[in-house]
Amino acid sequence: MIRINCPFCGERDHSEFAYGSDASIEYPALDASVEEWHEAVFLRENIRGMQSETWHHVNGCRSWLVIERDTMTHEIKSVRPAHNGYASALTAAPKDTGSEAGEQE
Amino acid sequence: MTRYSAWSVFKNGLSGHKNWGRAWRDPEPKTEYDVVIVGAGLHGLATAYYLSKNHGVKNIAVVEKGWLGGGNAGRNTTIVRSNYMMPGNRDFYEHSLQLWENLSHDLNYNVMFSQRSHISLLHTPAARDGAARRYNTMRLTGTDAEIWDLETLKREVPHLNYNNARFPIMGAAVQRRAGSARHDAVAWGYARGADQHGVDIIQNCEVTGVNRDGGKVTSLETSRGTIKAGKVGFAVAGNTSRLWGMAGLGKLPIETHKLQAFVSEPLKPLLDQVVVFGVGGAHFYISQSDKGGMVFGGDLDWYKSYAQRGNLPIVQDVAECATSIMPCLGRVRLLRHWSGVMDMSMDGSPFICKTPVDNLYLNAGWNYGGFKASPASGWHFADLIANDRAGRKIEHFNLQRFERGINIDERGAGPDPKLHG
Ligand SMILES: Cc1cc2nc3c(=O)[nH]c(=O)nc-3n(C[C@H](O)[C@H](O)[C@H](O)COP(=O)(O)OP(=O)(O)OC[C@H]3O[C@@H](n4cnc5c(N)ncnc54)[C@H](O)[C@@H]3O)c2cc1C
Ligand SMILES: [Zn+2]
Repeated sequence: MIRINCPFCGERDHSEFAYGSDASIEYPALDASVEEWHEAVFLRENIRGMQSETWHHVNGCRSWLVIERDTMTHEIKSVRPAHNGYASALTAAPKDTGSEAGEQE
Repeated sequence: MTRYSAWSVFKNGLSGHKNWGRAWRDPEPKTEYDVVIVGAGLHGLATAYYLSKNHGVKNIAVVEKGWLGGGNAGRNTTIVRSNYMMPGNRDFYEHSLQLWENLSHDLNYNVMFSQRSHISLLHTPAARDGAARRYNTMRLTGTDAEIWDLETLKREVPHLNYNNARFPIMGAAVQRRAGSARHDAVAWGYARGADQHGVDIIQNCEVTGVNRDGGKVTSLETSRGTIKAGKVGFAVAGNTSRLWGMAGLGKLPIETHKLQAFVSEPLKPLLDQVVVFGVGGAHFYISQSDKGGMVFGGDLDWYKSYAQRGNLPIVQDVAECATSIMPCLGRVRLLRHWSGVMDMSMDGSPFICKTPVDNLYLNAGWNYGGFKASPASGWHFADLIANDRAGRKIEHFNLQRFERGINIDERGAGPDPKLHG
């Protein structure tokens, strides 16, 4: 089992998460050329080694995360929220108050 | 090299079966070959066999980093069928099935191809309609196909969960000519056949670099020295992107994912056919090997991986599927489980095509369908390499199809490799 340390929920089994895709892809502007869209949608580097990828904590806080993970050893190097807004919310609010808020719900 | 026959078994029996010759040689690599195939899986070995047999190419090597058949060739659940619907796949897989039907004779090697029927269970009216459309397409294009009602299914496969299932079984879509084969025997049969035609199969020989002179490959760097090559074919299953990178070619519409398989302790004869269960999130296929083990598998591990080892959530998923469809398996013990890494492509369909480099050819993207495809894949890849043009049956399997919007997406899952189950 891969264990993923969600910045919002703590360390959990990867079965709580859904793998998204390659996080290095930058989608081009809507009116970009067919070639640029083709590359973003269909072509992959498919690295053997450390790659940056998106995961969704679908059976947890439902946040999208960006994870650096080794595709050969499954070792995880870093986990961070995918959206900058979340990232700043996280630094603004200390973690323990976050979980209290969850309990009050 | 001995031709296998009842007579040769009898003759060798007289000396206690101790004097059988080698099935293939173990040659040192030469410095130069007309064609070098990278990867001694089923596709690489079949390609070398047909290159020498159908096209008379003489000076061929297959180089393999491990031992032949140690990759996905020896890891799959051995299902062979041709119930594909999309143009491009339809003809190709049917041709493959026809090659399977004569493969043991052609190779003089018993690959134990058993046309025991492939039965996809149907649980909803919508699934039945979808299957009727697909199976009618098959019949209209020359392949056998049947839809069974519940009574027929109960008679043919009595042990399924007909009483108490969360999704009651309504019937099944069936291809009787489909079935299974012994995967190791297929690798060995092709290896022996290729070797008899003079192909050098070089094991423990990892390709570590691809040397180019502009638009041509000149040689391969390997763990056993530099090998010059007139033409090069890649057939390296889950490692395609790595070889592609060595050739300096950038990105591909491929991700590497792993798939697990399972075998139980041997049981007395229980299941005569291949049975497939897929409703809601479930995806499960099962058959019984000639030794009695229940052989089964399910989905990919859902995340990209080059590790040839599986993870626990899929073990649980697959066990749940097994007991929900065949509750009688509840107390059966698992003997082994393992995993293989495969190229999952953006539409779930393969590539047998030319590349931006003149004398480099690609055979890749085999997803779940690569075992059943291996005879036709080798046949047409050999034709492509020998004649430097794609034959009609593989003209759709090129790298340009995504740019041109003619994806071959059997499942309609979109450009997300992990979804093409
Ligand atoms: C668990 C599982 C179940 C499956 N079930 C089915 C099924 O029921 N039906 C079906 O049709 N398909 C099935 N498949 C798919 C099928 O097994 C594969 O698509 C097919 O075997 C791939 O082609 P291959 O045999 O040539 O690959 P492989 O046997 O993997 O051959 C590729 C070879 O290339 C070698 N190689 C890689 N890199 C290098 C290098 N740098 N230098 C030299 N050699 C290299 C590898 O060592 C390997 O031996 C299954 C796959 C798995 C993993
Ligand atoms: Zn979370």
